[in-house]
Amino acid sequence: MKARVHVMLKNGVLDPQGEAVKHALGALGFQGVEGVRQGKVIELELADGTTEATVRDMCERLLANTVIESYTVELG
Amino acid sequence: MHAAVLVFPGSNCDRDLAVAFEKAGAKVSMVWHKDTGLPDGVDVVGVPGGFSYGDYLRCGAIAANSPICGALKEHVSRGGYALGICNGFQVLTETRLLPGALRRNAGLKYICRPVDLLVGTADSAFTAGYQAGQRITVPIAHHDGNYYADAETLQQLQAEDRIAFRYAENPNGSVGDIAGILSANRRVLGMMPHPERMAEPAHGGTDGAAMFRALLDQLVTA
Repeated sequence: MKARVHVMLKNGVLDPQGEAVKHALGALGFQGVEGVRQGKVIELELADGTTEATVRDMCERLLANTVIESYTVELG
Repeated sequence: MHAAVLVFPGSNCDRDLAVAFEKAGAKVSMVWHKDTGLPDGVDVVGVPGGFSYGDYLRCGAIAANSPICGALKEHVSRGGYALGICNGFQVLTETRLLPGALRRNAGLKYICRPVDLLVGTADSAFTAGYQAGQRITVPIAHHDGNYYADAETLQQLQAEDRIAFRYAENPNGSVGDIAGILSANRRVLGMMPHPERMAEPAHGGTDGAAMFRALLDQLVTA
């Protein structure tokens, strides 16, 4: 089975990389880009039967820094 | 005083930090990240700058979960001293031994140059050799030194006089111009600037040396 973890900076934590991407899109002529947030996706190949709780524990302990980041878990 | 300097794959300021401790008169042991314990009698653990584990995932995140950091946490919970510089500060926040986190610099650039710091407090073994408000010059060299803590944590750091250093001119977007902070028991210091790189005349300045001298004075008399 697979799990996909999305890690994003929390709302309210300035994302300088997202800001830079937003400006670059503006420079390319794309109008109306009102905000860009950049995060990361982590794909996990897991033994069948691994629970969402285990994946969330992985996020809490390593994959995300919950001081500044939030995460979501997709199984399957 | 006996100092241990942790060495991770990708550490590159471990030797500099060891030399700074030695020049101040400390005995130094280099300790590999796979070790599960510190040498007997270690007073202070130095977590050096560099790029532990290639900065993979997040700066300091993999190092924070290495075997030696288990020993570091035990050392700190027994009231031991620890000094984290640059990547070492990132490791200390990732282990949650210090609050907050270090984000990508606001300007997105790696910054490597001397900066002026204002000493926030002289009330710690690390900063006792300075006066509060004193201006010192120490180099920074980082890409992810943009300190973040939520409003409540910031207020607490301020109320407890735990902001060890502030930037005179904020180079990286850190909240409150924060360059270094102390733990609640004042025995753990994390800072982005490199005092070990400004510790002898050949470095172009000696403002960092007072930190190592003060630490030695405090820990020898303790």
